[in-house]
Amino acid sequence: MAMNEQEILAGLAEIVNEETGIEADAVQMDKSFQEDLDIDSLSMMQVVVNAEDKFGVRIPDDEVKNLTHVRDAVTFITNAQG
Amino acid sequence: MTTQSSPETRADQPVLTVPEGPRHARIHGVGGYRPERVVTNEEVCTWIDSSDEWITQRSGIKERRFAREDETVIDMAEAAARDAIAMAGITPDQISVILMATVTHPYQTPAAAPLLAIRLGTNGPAAFDISAACAGYCYGISLANDMVRAGSAEYVLVVGVEKLSDFTDKHDRGTAFIFGDGAGAAVVGPSDFPGIGPTIWGSDGDNWDKIMQKESWTGLRGDMTDPAGGAVEWPNFAMQGQSVFRWAVYSIAPIVDKALAAAGLTAAQLDAFIPHQANMRITDAMIKHIGLPENVPVARDIAETGNTSAASVPLATARMLNEGEAPHGGLALQFGFGAGLVYAAQVVVLP
Repeated sequence: MAMNEQEILAGLAEIVNEETGIEADAVQMDKSFQEDLDIDSLSMMQVVVNAEDKFGVRIPDDEVKNLTHVRDAVTFITNAQG
Repeated sequence: MTTQSSPETRADQPVLTVPEGPRHARIHGVGGYRPERVVTNEEVCTWIDSSDEWITQRSGIKERRFAREDETVIDMAEAAARDAIAMAGITPDQISVILMATVTHPYQTPAAAPLLAIRLGTNGPAAFDISAACAGYCYGISLANDMVRAGSAEYVLVVGVEKLSDFTDKHDRGTAFIFGDGAGAAVVGPSDFPGIGPTIWGSDGDNWDKIMQKESWTGLRGDMTDPAGGAVEWPNFAMQGQSVFRWAVYSIAPIVDKALAAAGLTAAQLDAFIPHQANMRITDAMIKHIGLPENVPVARDIAETGNTSAASVPLATARMLNEGEAPHGGLALQFGFGAGLVYAAQVVVLP
């Protein structure tokens, strides 16, 4: 059952909180992972791997650099869910 | 379908005599060598636009050691090997095989090991190098264990040594702060009890390009003969850090459980976890992902030594023993992984 964008955002916020300790409320669509949330490239990988498990999608290494903002990740996951 | 059958032999053909090795092998001694010169994060920041805080946060590295320009992998290997041999309580002439794990010996041929054999005053042992990058030492321990138990060797000297400063692009923000120089060594020999557990090892050639020398030697030849005199780019090591992080923390983490299960142990029974010192963040994420019990001491030598590839596991082992962080005779799970990509893990009884 595919999730909608709000559900994906909430799930992503939960992962970010678990992996980095950043408040889930801070994870908003327009935030940049690196600039706003201070998630570096390695933490981003931890978020990505957990997102793969949670949403049942595959996020290739080459794709990760394109996911600069939370919205990019939510959109990618939405489309990948099919 | 046919199965493999024995070749025909003459009725009067004599049967070969083959050795019977000892039932068990163990590590009798370890040693480590760090070059004198300390390179701080502050110094690294004179080559790349970074800060001590940035480097520490991304790698856990505070400083690393660089060898002198005239200091070779043989020099470093000799120092580490002498300590390991002394701890083992043997003499160099008792060594029948020398395995050197290195990817920075600057001669593709001949191997470094025969020269080390001469330096140590050994008696012409079998001597060769292993190219398994950061997994090289754990590959070497596996080979040494098999050689001793099969009766091919009595004592095997395994050395992991790197002079990565010769192959690091000091202006590459992704690798300049990671690598360091150093050597670690172990003497493997016969034992009354099982001292080296089964090795779980393998390769993942799909990720061959994730850590690699930037140009092949034959590729360089093209540049050198270019009549236009094009600049030759030194084949420093390049690494796709993010991909390597994912591979190390998530793809190969099950290897740890397999090595424990193969040795008939649980993680709680370990006295030390000694992963390759690739990056403190990899170590932290790995122990979290595999759920290593908090009471198991974890090697964190990288903070002061950097990533020394093949040398990192024995250097960290020697430090943990010297500082009393891990007990002599205790059980340590060592796990090497790196360029190839290749990996090897085994539980060993610490000397």
